[in-house]
Amino acid sequence: MKKKIVAMLLAGGQGSRLGILTSSMAKPAVPFGGKYRIIDFPLSNCVNSDIDTVGVLTQYRPLALNAYLGTGQHWDLDRNDGGVFVLPPYMTEKDGRWYSGTANAIWQNREFIDQYDTEYVLILSGDHIYKMDYHKMLNFHIANNAAATIAVFRVPLSEAHRFGIMNADEKNRITSFEEKPKNPKSGNASMGIYIFNWKLLRKYMEEDDRDPASENDFGKNIIPNMLNAGERMMAYPFDGYWKDVGTITSLWEANMDMLGCPPVLELNDPSWRIYTHNLTLPPHYMDATAEVSNSLITEGSVVRGKITHSVLFAGTHEDVDSEIVDSVVFPRAVIGKGCSVHKAIIGENVVLGNGCTIGGPLREGETVDNKLTDDITLIGNDVTVPAGTYIPKGAVVNAETLHLFTKEG
Amino acid sequence: MIHDTFALIYTGDQNPLLRELTLSRSVAAVPFGGRYRCIDFVLSNLVNSGIDNVGLIMQKNYHSLMDHLGSGKEWNLNRKHDGLFILPPFMTKDNAGVFCGDIDAIHSVVTYIRRSPQKYVLFTGSHTIFNTTFEDMLRQHVETGADITMMYNVDPHFSAEDQNRDLRLIMRGDGRVTEMEWNPYRPRSNARSCEVLIMEKKLLEYLIEEAYARGDSDLTRDILQRLCPTLRIYGWKYDGYVARLDSINTYYKHSMEMLNVNYARDLYNHEHPIYTKVKDELSAKYGPDAKVQNCMVADGCNIEGNVSDSILFRDVTVAPGAVVKNSILLQGVSVGEGAVLDHVILDKNVTIRPGRSLAGYENFPIVLKKNQIV
Repeated sequence: MKKKIVAMLLAGGQGSRLGILTSSMAKPAVPFGGKYRIIDFPLSNCVNSDIDTVGVLTQYRPLALNAYLGTGQHWDLDRNDGGVFVLPPYMTEKDGRWYSGTANAIWQNREFIDQYDTEYVLILSGDHIYKMDYHKMLNFHIANNAAATIAVFRVPLSEAHRFGIMNADEKNRITSFEEKPKNPKSGNASMGIYIFNWKLLRKYMEEDDRDPASENDFGKNIIPNMLNAGERMMAYPFDGYWKDVGTITSLWEANMDMLGCPPVLELNDPSWRIYTHNLTLPPHYMDATAEVSNSLITEGSVVRGKITHSVLFAGTHEDVDSEIVDSVVFPRAVIGKGCSVHKAIIGENVVLGNGCTIGGPLREGETVDNKLTDDITLIGNDVTVPAGTYIPKGAVVNAETLHLFTKEG
Repeated sequence: MIHDTFALIYTGDQNPLLRELTLSRSVAAVPFGGRYRCIDFVLSNLVNSGIDNVGLIMQKNYHSLMDHLGSGKEWNLNRKHDGLFILPPFMTKDNAGVFCGDIDAIHSVVTYIRRSPQKYVLFTGSHTIFNTTFEDMLRQHVETGADITMMYNVDPHFSAEDQNRDLRLIMRGDGRVTEMEWNPYRPRSNARSCEVLIMEKKLLEYLIEEAYARGDSDLTRDILQRLCPTLRIYGWKYDGYVARLDSINTYYKHSMEMLNVNYARDLYNHEHPIYTKVKDELSAKYGPDAKVQNCMVADGCNIEGNVSDSILFRDVTVAPGAVVKNSILLQGVSVGEGAVLDHVILDKNVTIRPGRSLAGYENFPIVLKKNQIV
């Protein structure tokens, strides 16, 4: 059946900047905001924008993502025609290869898009937190008679060097594109959200595929090639909340953005629900000893200690005399009695024994490798931390590095 | 064996003792336990047992129940074969469009019963809440060669005021039921029926046909109690937690029992999850001055005030300075700044304006009906 627009979600990234959080799952499957996973955001945006056909491109640790998406029923994407599809790389009778770049991933799945006889294709990334009506962007694309439209987010000039910058004229037509420029001319950062006319994109991808020097990447190859050929490319300005959660710091910050009154990131919005795989757990229980302020607590949890400015996922059990401050606790973690957790991300199924300190100040002569984490402490998924362990701030603890901290303690 | 069983749920019981809570909904649709409705426990028990052919007989006020159940997807009952069958009353030459009692209701859905290929039928009501599976009950039913097996638990509690569909079983040492008392003035037995029966489908068809021909209407009184001496009826004892929503007082009492970890752990057993309709709210949010102790709080709540010893359903808002104690706030309730509530049950979407105060007593909680504004 003909579809006006098909969405393709690039979920391939290992997300190495998220370190041990992505050692067992692709980046889009990383938990976010009390009950979500990152991929819920682009998927819910699609559904809320009346886009019912979504291909999810992945080639890294697909199990968690695949199991999570299921039939797509949690996002109302279990459709008779369309729905959500996981598209891994595949073999043909002649050859087969991994996705060599973002554009190549789409090129390898051109048959998937062709079967819907679609006019437009929407390209999304799987590591951003935002609420956006893609239909408005499509209307903008159509009204401007564009060949391609790229959503842009205004960032201060001082930060523009971290982004792909789309320089545009006063009518939003893109004049030039610079990837991470040293001397940025504008603050129009590309959000990694593109709408293309499918037939035209197909032509450019075919040419790109024949070019052995190409990296098969949208930002590095396809978009510059289209600009050079003089195609009509538009910048679609977006002014809501948008955050790339590709690093530990930004993931932590985005979680904290949900706290506060009113929060910078408001997700309690009946007109723009973020759908997710809801677990059927009872409401959470606050014990008579609990003290909670400025926090998000999710169903299935039991709280007996003190929680301040933190986000707790479903099934967290936190015992008496414990204190959790400025932290994010992933699903099913168990925090023992008398623990103190400061500015940390606690992974799924982590068990903290009684009296652990997580994120304490560095002790004399102590050093930690914190180039990924800054001063955020990270406990990887499934780690059991013995009672009384002291983990200094900025440390990254997984099954391999745990002994470094327990011997000393 | 359990896979050779289908279930029939009767949701037609009216219960005026639940007051405002059942003004616009059947007992099966009464919210309980922070995010569930009565029917969720019944359905989840069946599904967790492995029963996937479920017929649900509806009577009056079933809009709210239909809305909750949808296609049965949340309970895994949206199947190609079997699944959830919703059976509301309908008009035929021998049917007036309203069921007069459960015998009439079962008689009217005889086509569904006949079409169900399973050998055994499990018949259940909808206002007794517990969390179990029925394999053991069925095994006992087959081993004892019983005609009918009835689930019961030991319930010494008795209060004439709260009495509603109170069926007591008097049993011999081997568990055979010799006598039944229906709403007794002074019960002679602590064994109280949990409204669950297992029998062969053929027997149900026969008993219903016969009772219908006699003009009988009540399955408990006209079949179970009357035929007790001749049918081999056995009791199956359940030792877990049972909550009966007989009256507003027992509703209040059992709701508050969910704040006791032992009861809550029994009812929200991780091995047998209770499924319900999912609404995709945000996690519950606590403001900077929130103070919440000994409470059960569902997702979507936004709490900035002081709440203790209470149950908050989804999407409840408590403004700064408000004090809520010993209360049950159903979905969407909003409590304004500085309001004070003690021992109240607020039905869905009730609004308490800033500064108002309401207080009931433990044996007389104040109940406000849906959408009221104070």
